[in-house]
Amino acid sequence: MTLVEKLYLPAIFSGMLITFKHFFKKKVTIQYPEQTREFSKIYRGQHVLKRDEAGAERCTACGLCAVACPAEAITMIAAEREPGEEHLYREEKYAAKYEINMLRCIYCGDCEEACPKEAIFLTDRKVDSLYTRGELVYGKDILVEPVDKRVDVTKRETSKVAEFKAHKEFAHNKTFDKK
Amino acid sequence: MRDWRGSFMTLSVLLYDIQTFLIYKGILAVAVFGITLVVAMYSTYAERKVAAFLQDRIGPNRAGPFGILQPLADGVKMFMKEELIPGTSNKALFIIGPSLAMLTACMTGAVIPWGPSVTIAGEIYPLQITDVNIGILYLFGVVSLGVYGIMIGGWASNNKYSLLGAIRASSQMISYEVAMGISIIALVMCTGTLSLAEIVEQQKGWWNVVIQPVGFLIFLICAFAETNRAPFDLPECETELVGGYHTEYSSMKLGFYLFAEYINMFISSAIISTFYFGGYNMPFVDQLNLDSNVLAILGVVFLFAKIVFFIFLFMWVRWTIPRFRYDQLMNLGWKILIPLSLLNLLVTGVVMMWGEIIKLF
Repeated sequence: MTLVEKLYLPAIFSGMLITFKHFFKKKVTIQYPEQTREFSKIYRGQHVLKRDEAGAERCTACGLCAVACPAEAITMIAAEREPGEEHLYREEKYAAKYEINMLRCIYCGDCEEACPKEAIFLTDRKVDSLYTRGELVYGKDILVEPVDKRVDVTKRETSKVAEFKAHKEFAHNKTFDKK
Repeated sequence: MRDWRGSFMTLSVLLYDIQTFLIYKGILAVAVFGITLVVAMYSTYAERKVAAFLQDRIGPNRAGPFGILQPLADGVKMFMKEELIPGTSNKALFIIGPSLAMLTACMTGAVIPWGPSVTIAGEIYPLQITDVNIGILYLFGVVSLGVYGIMIGGWASNNKYSLLGAIRASSQMISYEVAMGISIIALVMCTGTLSLAEIVEQQKGWWNVVIQPVGFLIFLICAFAETNRAPFDLPECETELVGGYHTEYSSMKLGFYLFAEYINMFISSAIISTFYFGGYNMPFVDQLNLDSNVLAILGVVFLFAKIVFFIFLFMWVRWTIPRFRYDQLMNLGWKILIPLSLLNLLVTGVVMMWGEIIKLF
């Protein structure tokens, strides 16, 4: 090392100059509760169980989503629709119980891809942070969209997705063939 | 009989003088103490803000506007924390440790001239608690005592990390005190006085930093080491010693240690400003023909501006430079700073006595 290098002081001064420049730089912090980071248009957050235009639940409890789920987060119990419940459930069979364990879910979106009835979608809503594990097993009371407060999922239905959904059976056959 | 009456009169006048003197000094002492604590309090806030800004962050901004109430919140937190005293510790010493650290930190403010004298109704009130004619020696004595707070605390904890931290702290402070003392001797040779008030008065023209640049550099580095600040913060080196000498401390006793560090930083900044940067003097202010009381207030403002700058420097360095390794620290202290300060002393002496030396040949 040369004498100047051995003194270390020039190096210290240049280092301090660098940190001083950072003093005036734009801060990278996002002030979370007031400010939020911009989400991707097709962000995969909390699930919603959709209703049809008349307000009946679309889910028919076929169980494809539970099968598709790699984390095995979905559980459901099917029930048969009674006469007079046509305005509640679209098909003759419906999910009496539909639970997603939000701690298990990896938000991959395979369930919405598997769904033949356009019933389950992932939305851009964040899942709450809660204190117990039990609270994070979401039931139908949270998952099904309220009739008067529909959840917009058009962002998830891009042209690419629509194209894919139109030929969904091929996708399923493909995976079936691989097995 | 007349003599007795006369002496009684002078005695009563004297008593009256002593009374006003005591009241005035009492007010000044309390004011300096209060200002020291407030500055130290806001240094903790400033430290977090400066650290954040240097790292492109925002820093505390939730308690009050711009987080200005953060020190209060921190203080409340410290007081509310559970007080733990380890069962195997020496309880008396365990409590004395942080108290001593705090006490010695607060004692140094007594000899620093905070501003020029204020004249009220013909009476002159100096803005210095006491102008001891051995002010510098007093400063050094008290600063040396500071190591006892850390040493006693580390020892009393009865914990190997605390003890190692305390040993590091004491050896580090003793090592750097030597170089610091020698650099100050060179300054004293130039000024010819140990009184801080006189040193400041002499700096009306040129500041001492112009006369003693090397001495200033040595003093600055040693001040960093004496206050246990980065890059010399080995006594509380988290990566090696958990928390160093305050590993076992909790609640306000820990707060005292941390607070003492910030008070030390404030006092060090004040001492550096006083010794080398003209104290309350500012060039060209004398030419403004201001009232002496206005000048006194301006002087206090100038001194605090310098102090704030040096506190910022302390933080700036802390958040720029990584920590030394212990052997590097000792090498710097003994092999570089002490020889350098001795050389500085020699050169200062030669320059001062140049006329006499020439005569010898």
